[in-house]
Amino acid sequence: MTIAELSPEQQKDTNKAAAKNPLTAPAPDLWRDPNAKPFVVFDNVTKKFDDFTAVDNISLNIYRRELFCLLGGSGSGKSTLLRMLAGFEQPTSGRILIDGVDMAGIKPWNRPVNMMFQSYALFPHLSVEKNIAFGLKREGLADGDIKKRVANMLDMVQLGHLGKRKPHQLSGGQRQRVALARSLVKNPKLLLLDEPLGALDKKLREETQFELMNIQEETGVTFVVVTHDQEEAMTLATRIGVMNTGNIVQVGEPHDIYEYPNSAFVARFIGSVNLINGRIIEDEVDSVRVKSQDMDAPLYLNHGISCAPGQEVNVAIRPEKIMLSRELPEQTDNRCEGTIEDIAYMGSMSIFRIRLDSGKEIRVTQPNIARDMGARFTWNDRVHMYWDVDSAVVLTS
Amino acid sequence: MTQSTSHQEPAIGLARLAQLFSMLWQFIGLGRVNWGRLMVIAVPYFWLALFFFIPFVVVFKISLAESAIAVPPYSSLLDWDLEEAYLNIKINLGNYLFLWEDSFYLDAYLSSIKIAVISTLLTLVVGFPIAWLIARSEGTTRTVLLALVILPFWTSFLLRVYAWMALLKKSGPINDILMAVGLIDQPIQMLQTDFAVYIGIVYTYLPFMILPLYTALEKLDMTLVEAAADLGYRPVQSFFAVIVPLALPGIVAGCLLVFIPVVGEYVIPALLGGSDTLMIGRVLWDEFSINRDWPMASAVATVMLVLLVLPIMLVRNRADDQEGKA
Repeated sequence: MTIAELSPEQQKDTNKAAAKNPLTAPAPDLWRDPNAKPFVVFDNVTKKFDDFTAVDNISLNIYRRELFCLLGGSGSGKSTLLRMLAGFEQPTSGRILIDGVDMAGIKPWNRPVNMMFQSYALFPHLSVEKNIAFGLKREGLADGDIKKRVANMLDMVQLGHLGKRKPHQLSGGQRQRVALARSLVKNPKLLLLDEPLGALDKKLREETQFELMNIQEETGVTFVVVTHDQEEAMTLATRIGVMNTGNIVQVGEPHDIYEYPNSAFVARFIGSVNLINGRIIEDEVDSVRVKSQDMDAPLYLNHGISCAPGQEVNVAIRPEKIMLSRELPEQTDNRCEGTIEDIAYMGSMSIFRIRLDSGKEIRVTQPNIARDMGARFTWNDRVHMYWDVDSAVVLTS
Repeated sequence: MTQSTSHQEPAIGLARLAQLFSMLWQFIGLGRVNWGRLMVIAVPYFWLALFFFIPFVVVFKISLAESAIAVPPYSSLLDWDLEEAYLNIKINLGNYLFLWEDSFYLDAYLSSIKIAVISTLLTLVVGFPIAWLIARSEGTTRTVLLALVILPFWTSFLLRVYAWMALLKKSGPINDILMAVGLIDQPIQMLQTDFAVYIGIVYTYLPFMILPLYTALEKLDMTLVEAAADLGYRPVQSFFAVIVPLALPGIVAGCLLVFIPVVGEYVIPALLGGSDTLMIGRVLWDEFSINRDWPMASAVATVMLVLLVLPIMLVRNRADDQEGKA
């Protein structure tokens, strides 16, 4: 089997190696039900610091048992949104509702919300047990009950043997678990996680994100996660809200955000993408033909958005959806030719940087299905690239 | 493994000494011990030996002598009888016994400690918010505020106490203002009261409280306070559950820096206090200059020193325990 014979479906699967754990029951997809009652509501929320607008008129619904990821770069307003849920910041205008209750004027210590801080914020003077018991002490529980709940939490995060240690005697991964246990032990209605995996190294991060998902599904708590790491968001989230300069640019399930980004910003932010600039030459009900100066053949693709002939658009195509061949493909649309400029061998796949005659660079990734795949194409080879009607999307913004 | 054993075995005494050293070092608020700096610190150690330890031995020696009309006004402990080849050692414990028997001295000690405790607490209460404010401010504001704390040191301590005398006296501005506003009909007696003593002490020793507190609070991670709020703690509750424990080293250092010199304070009670303000520093002075009883004065001084060293030892042991646990 050659790369060219791989269907886009298979390629997609290889790429999304980190699939959800099939053993645990999926969360109910409440957000797909138009009649479902949202659990967290942002209603035209704006937050200004002096004359800087951190959050710009955001409206957003998050549903019960969701693991919602706010994804964005630094300064996108994602952390401010989270801090407003925790009660550390008050919106300049707009309303925030949690479980139907307007949170205006409700102090952090009175909210049914707990937060896991990016720095973990473990109390350095208290042992692991006492850190976890810290929040329970305010609830006037009997000592025995506190002990039992702390022990349960410690077992859940597999730290039963480290209860007596102080935070500075723990590794980064262990601290992260303590922070998680401490924020979950009060059974919050809503758990906020600020870059929960940010301080962990790559391998640990992969293990921990599955654990986090399992814990979320086990406890049934609604999670709101802030992250700048798109891979983390893709794996963890039931839905992702992509943020940019105080706005939510797109909200959707990871699959939708990846396959149907609504703007060049989202397409670029999530994964890598080739953006080909062109003009619409033919607009039909469910398909469109685009002519780009970068390639001879027109781009022909299925689409569902409204646009007009002559309009300037970007066509986004993911690197893994492009196929390579030495022979001219039979299709007359969706193809181009270029010279391989660079190959990066990544083990599971190879990344090709191919220069078109127009000077445009196209990035193509190919899974290394057989061992000698890498030898099929080499530097300075002329190659043809082609893709399916379903592979690319039109972006009007 | 081999590394650590070879590290520990040869000199436990040396390690212990090093530990005490690092304790003292951290206690002064200079952070972790840098052994390169050890060479530098040897100089002040020499200084302490020369100007603290040796004089103390001399004072202790005098306290064991008897008062005499002579120059110097005390008997010698060692008496060489060269002809008979006798060495007479005469140690007089009478001064210490007298300290115990005459309740005047005990009262003076207790009163000094009471005044020191109360004024230490007052300084802590006044100094904490100031230190907090400085630690939470940024950039130039912080520099200016810190400079303001240190600024009084630029004028003589005596001058500042005299200034308080002028402020607090019956015809002083405070009484004038209170009368002008109509809060009082007659000037209140503030000078020559314990009140004036407390004002003077708190004012004088405030920087010694603020600076160590500031150092501790500046390091405090504010997300910990947010975490406490998030876990259901109101500001007052998180103050006692998070801020106080984490600022404890600064609180302890500040309290000792105030408490110790205040116990022996002489100038402030002498200038601002009344005749009934009993403090051991004053007793010592009277004993020495008015009664001209040097041995008695030395005994008073020796006991005072022991009383001052005890709390330090206690604090040091506590810190020692914590170090051991960590």
